Amino acid sequence: MAGTHVKTTINGDSVEYVCEADETLLDVLRNRLALTGAKEGCGTGDCGACSVTVDGRLVCSCLVLGVEAEGRNVATIEGLAQGEHLHPLQRKFLEHAALQCGICTPGFLVAAKALLEKNPDPSEHEIRFWLAGNLCRCTGYDKIVRAVQDAAAEMRGGRHAA
Amino acid sequence: MPLDPATQKIRAFDQVGTRPLRPDGLDKVTGRARFGADATAPGMLVGRILRSPHAHARIRSIDATKAEALPGVKAVVTSKDFADRSDDLRDILVNIMARGKALYEGHTVAAVAATSASVARKALKLIKVDYEVLPHVTDVDLAMEPDAPLLHDDLITSGVEPVPTKPSNIARKIEFGHGDVDKGFAEADLVVEREFKTEATHQGYIEPHACLASVGSDGQGELWVCTQGHYMVRDVCAQLLGMDVSKLRVTASEIGGGFGGKTTVFIEPVALALSRKAGRPVKVVMTRDEVFRASGPTSSTSMRMKIGVKKDGRITALDALLKYQGGAFAGAPVDYGGMAGVACYDYPNIRVVGYDVVTNRPKQAAYRAPGAPMTAFAVESVIAEIADTLKLDPIEMRLKNAAKEGTKSAYGPTFGPVGLVETLKAAKAHPNYKVKLGKNQGRGIASGFWFNFGGQTCVSLNLNIDGTLALAVGTPDIGGSRASMCLMAAEELGIPYENVRAIIADTSSLGYNDVTDGSRVTFASGMATIHAARDAIKKLCGRAAKVWGIPEEAVVWEKGFAKPSGANAGNFEPMSLKELAANAAKTGGPIAGHYEYNAENAGPSFATHVVDVEVDPETGFTKVLRYLVCQDAGKAVHPSYVEGQFQGGAVQGIGWALNEEYIYGADGRLQNAGFLDYRIPVASDLPMIDTAIVEVPNPGHPYGVRGVGETSIVPPMAAVSNAVSHAVGIRLTESPMSPPRILKALGEQAARKAG
Amino acid sequence: MQYEAPATIDAAVGLLSKAQGLARVLAGGTDLLVQLKSGTLEPDLVIDIKRIPEMTKLVAENGGFRIGAAVPCAVLGENAAVRKLWPGVVEAANLIGSTQIQGRATVVGNLCNASPAADSVPAMMAANAIATVAGPNGKREVPVGDIATAPGKTSLAKGEIVTSVFLPSRPAHSGDAYLRFIPRTEMDIAVVGVGVSLTLGDDGVCKAARVALGAVAARALLAEDAAKAIVGTKLDEKALAKLAEAASAACRPIDDKRGTKEFRIKVAGVLARRAAEKALERARGK
Repeated sequence: MAGTHVKTTINGDSVEYVCEADETLLDVLRNRLALTGAKEGCGTGDCGACSVTVDGRLVCSCLVLGVEAEGRNVATIEGLAQGEHLHPLQRKFLEHAALQCGICTPGFLVAAKALLEKNPDPSEHEIRFWLAGNLCRCTGYDKIVRAVQDAAAEMRGGRHAA
Repeated sequence: MPLDPATQKIRAFDQVGTRPLRPDGLDKVTGRARFGADATAPGMLVGRILRSPHAHARIRSIDATKAEALPGVKAVVTSKDFADRSDDLRDILVNIMARGKALYEGHTVAAVAATSASVARKALKLIKVDYEVLPHVTDVDLAMEPDAPLLHDDLITSGVEPVPTKPSNIARKIEFGHGDVDKGFAEADLVVEREFKTEATHQGYIEPHACLASVGSDGQGELWVCTQGHYMVRDVCAQLLGMDVSKLRVTASEIGGGFGGKTTVFIEPVALALSRKAGRPVKVVMTRDEVFRASGPTSSTSMRMKIGVKKDGRITALDALLKYQGGAFAGAPVDYGGMAGVACYDYPNIRVVGYDVVTNRPKQAAYRAPGAPMTAFAVESVIAEIADTLKLDPIEMRLKNAAKEGTKSAYGPTFGPVGLVETLKAAKAHPNYKVKLGKNQGRGIASGFWFNFGGQTCVSLNLNIDGTLALAVGTPDIGGSRASMCLMAAEELGIPYENVRAIIADTSSLGYNDVTDGSRVTFASGMATIHAARDAIKKLCGRAAKVWGIPEEAVVWEKGFAKPSGANAGNFEPMSLKELAANAAKTGGPIAGHYEYNAENAGPSFATHVVDVEVDPETGFTKVLRYLVCQDAGKAVHPSYVEGQFQGGAVQGIGWALNEEYIYGADGRLQNAGFLDYRIPVASDLPMIDTAIVEVPNPGHPYGVRGVGETSIVPPMAAVSNAVSHAVGIRLTESPMSPPRILKALGEQAARKAG
Repeated sequence: MQYEAPATIDAAVGLLSKAQGLARVLAGGTDLLVQLKSGTLEPDLVIDIKRIPEMTKLVAENGGFRIGAAVPCAVLGENAAVRKLWPGVVEAANLIGSTQIQGRATVVGNLCNASPAADSVPAMMAANAIATVAGPNGKREVPVGDIATAPGKTSLAKGEIVTSVFLPSRPAHSGDAYLRFIPRTEMDIAVVGVGVSLTLGDDGVCKAARVALGAVAARALLAEDAAKAIVGTKLDEKALAKLAEAASAACRPIDDKRGTKEFRIKVAGVLARRAAEKALERARGK
């Protein structure tokens, strides 16, 4: 099968790759670009572990073709921290013990970041519904919701620029 | 293991009981942590598995010649690539690669390794399997019928006298208890008997099984795998492949959830066989569909539960019949499940009879307190019904019968200090228990128990030149246990938590460790860590003694320093761990602490859950309004992760109670092998999960620690059922209590009232 | 599999018309990629329509709105004007899957996937939405209810593609609502879905109504008797009970892993009443 050449931007960097037409963006990230932070929990858009943003829009990368990324702007978990500075969400997830096994954590962080960009002061209800597409089997979500609430409060306080 | 005097009194801790950040945290919030599917190797091939589309079929032949001829295909394996055996690993052998018959839909029949996923996919289609489809059975009651389709023509029921002459699907009969139940029921003022059914569920870990195998022509191999027990993987795989155990090195990756489901092998021996045949590394990753169809879900059950009580609520007798199907092979946890499920109360008379039954479903694997939630569902439902009938407060009713120190358990031992009474009191004192309920709302209470395991454990603690420590443990960390290990080492040594770094060592670097299961890690690896630290401390004191020229016994260790034990020992400046580390080369070389043992006296953990729900009477939809977990942790080493275990277990139990189930079609095929229709709770389904940590120290651990991981899933099914039953005014006896089931029960009730 | 991302509708139609073998249109891909993954679909050609400018636009038109075939549901939800005019359609579109799915899934994709349980379809049928179809013989307009014919089957001819859906303008005192039943609060496929749209006279009497049901037959259906039950009434208890009964009577469901016949029939009535009450509140401007 002839591959397709794709030029795109990932976490601010220009990236080029060749992929097969039926290859998902998730497979491209993981298998061709060694960006294994996005996880495949289901491959059908039901678990959110592969969450990334494309042109700022939160999506499941398992439901995007690699060829579709041409000219787009992709952001993954690997781009969340700025150098040695963690994003407030990353810090709050650690402080609140909002992860146990950690497999769902990248997806939650990417999704929560997208939420706080759209809605800096979400209610618990809004957080829970926004994150309903991110499955966590370890925590029962309690500490995840609290971590997002706390990160939102901190970011609203402006103490740490995100 | 001698009891530590420290636990006999309230002990003050410097670090245990605090909530520091976990050592593996940064990697997990940045995407750097390497899980099962995240590894690669030079020349790596993609492994894919061909699975049976039939629930039960004889495999007449497998023709892989076309697949083998496809360019890019480097190896095809079938059962012919594994030597047959007759020992206790045979079931595992037959489960990982069908021999003669496919016993369930999804059963592995062949596998390929190819240069790409698309080539592997094509190759699978080119393998021709000639099946003779056989009648199948997936229901436990039907499988026990005399004319049921037979899975194994050599399966003779054990535990029955006289020994049956004919094979059946009943692998085992068990029976335990004490007293005389007939007498007990004769003394009772009220006897309630109900039948219950529970559907199979899946652990639902978000990370599918994944491994990267590499075997060379020299017979040496390496395996990277997400597992709860890499020593188990090594030992089983080496035997199935005929390798020396020493020649297979297994590294446990970060693990994306297990809950018992990663305590056995599925793809690992297949990946190794493919790699050996291809002479190249092979990565095999299950799809979610494969995880549901072909890993190890729970048993489904059918149960009868009969309990007699006096008017005041005191139990006089319990009689239970438990039927658990465990998929295509013997091993349904009717024994442990039954024992744990009845363990909360003091019964003058009790008899439990259980059957372990095989069906055409995937072989069950452990799931958090394996088998216990089902029996507990039956026990706690009947207890609730009795409390309702006698108009007793459900917590008072339980307190009257609660197991406590000195109670003889149904499964044999007499309990030491345990915390059920304390959890019941904590539940009663909690504000949630006092909230007034509205229309269509109901409250449910249930208690639960898990034994907790100890097991074989080995730990190594190595002092670095700067006074920091490298802690090697052999039990994969699923929920933050490395943080707890570091806390205990730091506590014992009297040094900052940050100065200890824990890793999960590979099988060639550390002695044997049992699987991470049975809620054993914080208890057993934790205790080994404490003893390894004490071993190191002894050596450190020896080095200080050598420097000071005084006897070793004259040196004590206090908060990170070696000190003379008193004025008579001499007047020396205390020597810090850092100094001792820096001088190690001059005082005798490297300093390390080790400990290896078979841990006992794990100390069970009891819990009481309180849940309020609201049921929409027109649709049968259940909303969980509030949820409280009160559980005995003995001593919470890292309270955040203890709470996390409580909350996670409770929510898994809520899923089991309300919506999770394996749905089989008449063709014996699983109809909902995905997260779309296998409905685990999502964030918007739930309230915050309130927790109360009860601490009744376990005398079997130096700090009083008890395992906490499993008990939390035992009460929820019953608690939710009791709450729903109270909300709708009908006793529900089947899980999951999905909306169609609740609405049907409401309709039947309306019809009865009308009729 | 060949992937094409044409820049014009004509080019897309041309590719589709000339396609040898199986061709599929890729909008949000939230159904298509799942089918690719499972191997149930192995298309020879996939045509991505997201590079066609007019397909990606959501525009006001004649007092209503035209939703391009590549407009994600999230964009629909973010548009206050559409939310104001057709809140029921927007709430239906925004119920399709998770936030992540919302970022990709489109209502036209939902329509053309032809699942009987598609959330947006009953809402759009209640709204009397019209699909624009482009094909080798030019454009045609079709009521959205006529696109799906059976599970996974559409009335589209070879080379045809739905380019947009038009939500019409509506008189004053109108309201619509969509409710569905799922076992969880999110992430499930509808077990029953009901869309109701109604218009009141100045006297508060219902002048016109449309009721559509999803997941209770081989395709979404209009429940005309249910609509008749409330037209000419002020949606009093009696009228609502009649509506519920008519909605239940219109169901021709199956038993499956998501629900029983019995459950679907009963709940269709319950949701029809609740959706009508919600639409009524909206029509009254509450």
